[in-house]
Amino acid sequence: MNDVQEAVTRAHRGEWARVVASLTKRFGDLDIAEEAAAEAFATAVERWPADGVPPNPGAWLTTTANRKAIDRIRREAKRDDKQKEAQMSYGEPPEPLGVIDDERLRLIFTCCHPALAMETRVALTLRMVGGLTVPEISRAFLVQETAMGQRITRAKAKIKAARIPYRVPSAEDLPGRVSGVLAVLFLVFNEGYLATGADTDPVRHELTAEAIRLTRLIRGLLPDDGEVAGLLALMLLTEARRTARVSQTGELVSLDEQDRGAWDTAMIAEGHQLVRERLATRLPPGRYQILAAINAVHTSARDARDTDWSQVVALYDQLARIDRSPIVALNRAIAVAELDGPEVALAIVDKLGEKLSGYHAYHATRADLLRRLGRSAESRAAYDKAIEHAANTAEIAYLTRRRDQLA
Amino acid sequence: MQYLISVIDDRTGSATEDEMTAIRAFNEQLVADGHWVFAGGLSSPSDATVIDGRGDGEPLFTDGPFLESKEYMAGFWVFEAPDLDAALKLAAGASKACNRRLEVRPFL
Repeated sequence: MNDVQEAVTRAHRGEWARVVASLTKRFGDLDIAEEAAAEAFATAVERWPADGVPPNPGAWLTTTANRKAIDRIRREAKRDDKQKEAQMSYGEPPEPLGVIDDERLRLIFTCCHPALAMETRVALTLRMVGGLTVPEISRAFLVQETAMGQRITRAKAKIKAARIPYRVPSAEDLPGRVSGVLAVLFLVFNEGYLATGADTDPVRHELTAEAIRLTRLIRGLLPDDGEVAGLLALMLLTEARRTARVSQTGELVSLDEQDRGAWDTAMIAEGHQLVRERLATRLPPGRYQILAAINAVHTSARDARDTDWSQVVALYDQLARIDRSPIVALNRAIAVAELDGPEVALAIVDKLGEKLSGYHAYHATRADLLRRLGRSAESRAAYDKAIEHAANTAEIAYLTRRRDQLA
Repeated sequence: MQYLISVIDDRTGSATEDEMTAIRAFNEQLVADGHWVFAGGLSSPSDATVIDGRGDGEPLFTDGPFLESKEYMAGFWVFEAPDLDAALKLAAGASKACNRRLEVRPFL
């Protein structure tokens, strides 16, 4: 990549959301904002190689996008809608500032509005805030491009027609709305980390990286929110192990067998720092902070055998008090197996069967516990069930090998 | 900006005395806060008539609703609200007051 291409890529990553947000603020229309931003970046690709990279690429892009938007509105206004032109010259009346005045944050809250379906929120956030193209988003979520395009178009139409506001929620509504934003980002991250589908890579690094980038953005905008810090730490401590997690033959490597020397020490250090920072506040932690703390314990051990399992179980106990989901109970049982043995853990796991019978990790956990208890035939059957329900290729390869090792 | 809030039910005029009291109190608040436009209960879909006057001849009247479904619009509000967040907040209060599920749709 030459210098100019690199400058365009860097500007796209760094400035896309800002350009879209500032145009949305000015023109009150996501469609216009998105199209004008895309045109501005296309113009940059054409012009920067000849004219050179402007000293302030962000300002250049915003100015260019503004001009493109005005051109577009003029063309449309000539046809029918004079009202938009009026809005364009006078702008929206200034409104009182929300809790935090950053336009990108408004954009995120608009894209993650609870009146939109979860999958729509994910797609819209990746498009409007992340700057991913519709084909990129469709590939990531294994959806037809036309279907994804329609989903995004419908969402923008609903935002406009139903008047989903472009603003940061009021202080009283903020915590509830932030949790929805974090759920979107966690979904993006998990789809990257445990990619589903036979035709995709088992780990979609571009998605995990995008989720981390967007969470960093939120963290910059909401530095005092514990769950934002917790989610960022959780993602970093998980991502740090990415390269060690899949073998060269495309098989999942379980935590205890991973080459800890291959973990990303910088990411782990940053994740640990965030966890410590949250602990120091002495405020009650939420779900993401506890999950981050669990991952901090795992990544603190130099060797799997040195893992402080009593600490892990204690954290899962804490998590189970605020999140009664059977998946939390299952993960807790895995830690209990290390502390109290597989028999105690199996008794806990077996009670979860009714709720988790369609979840591959439930069967995989049972299979592992039964194997450790020497109950090979039952273990084999459980591995079969786990393989049947698993969707990640690396995981399927791992489970198949474990099953075939059984007597 | 106006929003139509449909009350979803499978019966008509089924509100209890307590529910009616809660609805009246809610409506008074709507009026006081300047969100009130209109509201009303609707008789059952079996009382509906569908009219088709599109052809050249006499308009055609058909007994019954245009869409048969177990649940239907048993009543409605029209709110005046600045945006969807405000409308949803009001609708949440309305749902609590009338003890029914609601659908919120913006007027164009």
